[in-house]
Amino acid sequence: MSEQLIQQLVNGLLIGFLYSLIAIGLTMIWGVMNIINFAHGDFLMLSMFISFWLYTLYGLDPIFSIPICTGLLFLLGLLIYKYLVSKVMTGPALAQLVVTFGVSIFIANAAVLLWTPDFKMIEKPLLTGTWSFGTIQLSIPKAVASAGSVLVSLALFLFLRKSKTGKAILATEMNRNSALLMGVNTDRVNALSFAIGSALVGIAGAFLSMYYYIYPGVGGTFGLISFCIVALGGFGSIEGAFIAGILIGIVQTLGGYFFDPAYKYAIVFALYLVTVWIRPQGLLGW
Amino acid sequence: MGKFTPRQIALYVVVLVALIAFPLVVKGTFPTHVMIMFFMFAMMGVAWNLLGGYAAMFSFGQAAFFGIGAYTSTILLMNYHVNPWIGLVVGGILAALTGAAIGIPCSNLRGHYFAIASIAFAEIVRICFNNWKFVGAAEGLSLPLLPESLGNFMFHSTKVPYYYIMLAFLVLSIFICWYITVNRGGFYLRAIKESHELAKGMGISFVRYRLYAIMVSAFLTAMAGTFYAQYILYLDPESVLILPISVQVVLVAMLGGAGTIMGPVIGAVILIPLSEYTRVWLGTKGTGVDMMLYGVLIMLISAYQPKGVWGLLTAIGKRAK
Repeated sequence: MSEQLIQQLVNGLLIGFLYSLIAIGLTMIWGVMNIINFAHGDFLMLSMFISFWLYTLYGLDPIFSIPICTGLLFLLGLLIYKYLVSKVMTGPALAQLVVTFGVSIFIANAAVLLWTPDFKMIEKPLLTGTWSFGTIQLSIPKAVASAGSVLVSLALFLFLRKSKTGKAILATEMNRNSALLMGVNTDRVNALSFAIGSALVGIAGAFLSMYYYIYPGVGGTFGLISFCIVALGGFGSIEGAFIAGILIGIVQTLGGYFFDPAYKYAIVFALYLVTVWIRPQGLLGW
Repeated sequence: MGKFTPRQIALYVVVLVALIAFPLVVKGTFPTHVMIMFFMFAMMGVAWNLLGGYAAMFSFGQAAFFGIGAYTSTILLMNYHVNPWIGLVVGGILAALTGAAIGIPCSNLRGHYFAIASIAFAEIVRICFNNWKFVGAAEGLSLPLLPESLGNFMFHSTKVPYYYIMLAFLVLSIFICWYITVNRGGFYLRAIKESHELAKGMGISFVRYRLYAIMVSAFLTAMAGTFYAQYILYLDPESVLILPISVQVVLVAMLGGAGTIMGPVIGAVILIPLSEYTRVWLGTKGTGVDMMLYGVLIMLISAYQPKGVWGLLTAIGKRAK
């Protein structure tokens, strides 16, 4: 295996871990409420801008913005659930699909209005540079972001398995009515899941702002990819989203390497279509 | 559903006559343009309805069919001097075949899975067209100017002929969808929507009828695409193949009332003038205020009027009786 190929694999893994974190946030919402949050990518963009402005206005490094981004996105998720999503929960399926499209269009265009469509970047983050292992280069911010993503995913996994609230969320995901009968306050579980899902994408946004361009359209691509990851991993499956995220990251970089970088996302979407053809329920769905 | 009362027939005739008379009364380019866009999105909404409204296949990828229609006729015209009317039919057939090709792998997908798959499909098409030199890649294509005539599907001095062509397309689409839904195919589609398993048990081929619906819907949407190319005379992937077009089509159907024949028309008559006029009033600097309002509107509709305006009107109509 050539060293270039190993380098591509490393790059794929690095972006893959971050994809996993973004997708886990989405799959929680999807699994618990059977709702796709089409504004998920725009939440990511908002978090990146929060991080950007904290840096630009107050000189706060993105690594320290993580708790603030997480908290603010948690609140945003709570509000969107309470005032919008909870209203469509009993409505027709189409309304449930479309409502978050409205949120997405609104946020993306509000960002254009407020901050112009231009690309921004955090000029001098604390974490910068690369580690070299022979000929393999490892970007430090990307490595930290990936390690952080894995840790957060792990923490969430433990929270869902070990804590009482986490178990209530999992129970609701498995069977809403049974959970309700067992005394789970499913409305609170909904609100919490939506908020946690948003907070997770908030963390991912803070990580991403360390090394990625920040602009209102950034949510579009990341959002679409995370839908594919979630569906690929299987309906509401946290483990599935984690694995599918890494898989998509690797496929995307290798696809760009072997074919044409311009088509890397097309390859990802094609892989998704092929997978659901063979396994409509996704890799780990049931 | 199939039978109309005399009052309904009279109402439809009056509306049609009013629409035919409209360009004679209202002169001016912009109102005509808004009406043309209204007809076009109404047509695509009607076509979407066959999938989303009757068969619960919530397609968010109609832009792909729209784009395939627009590009096929344009490429045929530019490179092979094929008349756009023939291009329209070829584009429709190509879109229907593409729809079938994508419909087979997606035929077992339901609900959200279908929605995401349709987005993924449309994105693949967009990315490919953006990089495909033969179709002009990201720079797009400018249509060659032909002398204006109905045969050439091109008019320069006035928009009025486009208005009548699009109106005719819309009426044709409504008729086709009405015909399908009142006949056996429509019952099958609705049976599939109500209960997938039951329909299967009754011996209805789930896959086959869903494929038919996708193909007809793709054909009609591609017709609208060819029309758009002949009307705007310029094409690029970012104007015909993008997600917002697909979303607009879904919203038109949903606002009016998914699963009703006239629903998408009602939806389009509200939504399209609203978005065209707000764009002119607010969006001159590309600030996106018009789109923000649009987003708010979507949220309000889905939270408070999810059955659409048609549902509201029918409810009022029933109460009046």
